[in-house]
Amino acid sequence: MTKSDLIDVLAVEQPQLIYRDVELAVKGLLDRMASALSEGERIEVRGFGSFSLHHRPSRVGRNPKTGAAVEVPDKYVPHFKPGKELRERVDRAIKR
Amino acid sequence: MAVTKADLADALYHELGLNKREAKEFVELFFERLRDALERGEDVKLSGFGNFGLREKNSRPGRNPKTGEAIPISARRVVTFRASQKLKQRVEENSKLLGDKLNMLRVQVNAGSG
Repeated sequence: MTKSDLIDVLAVEQPQLIYRDVELAVKGLLDRMASALSEGERIEVRGFGSFSLHHRPSRVGRNPKTGAAVEVPDKYVPHFKPGKELRERVDRAIKR
Repeated sequence: MAVTKADLADALYHELGLNKREAKEFVELFFERLRDALERGEDVKLSGFGNFGLREKNSRPGRNPKTGEAIPISARRVVTFRASQKLKQRVEENSKLLGDKLNMLRVQVNAGSG
């Protein structure tokens, strides 16, 4: 499922909203989530999961072409932890 | 404070002018459709944000961390998330500015659990 598939499904299910509003709403939600994460804020959606940042300490890397050692600075990367309902539904689906 | 469904609904209310009930319903439905697709075994690709995928895990031996008792962990299907290049970049660029704030949070977390 892609973002546009999701928009299409939601537009059918929310007939009181015009298509353009559904499109803006989906993009708005994703943008709100992206900006929260980039500001170091956690996102917690009960039944779906939580997004947070994980710290990657600095390390010595290598330029794959020259083999020269380069210091890779520490950074933060987005992390998702599935919530209980999502975990159970996805897992149950193969056990049925 | 973490961002919750209520905060996301607020954003739709303020920025798009959906009424409060519509905004709340929209947020619920948004996550429900993502869960649905994953439950059906479909990956979800949200360009600019990231991809949710599925992985099959084999069964493996596990242990109860409290008692040390061996318990097998059954084979299962799990959800994985890969942030898009765009989201990673946005986080990285900002985290240079945020470094201090986040470091402080880490110290607090470590102090709390220690």
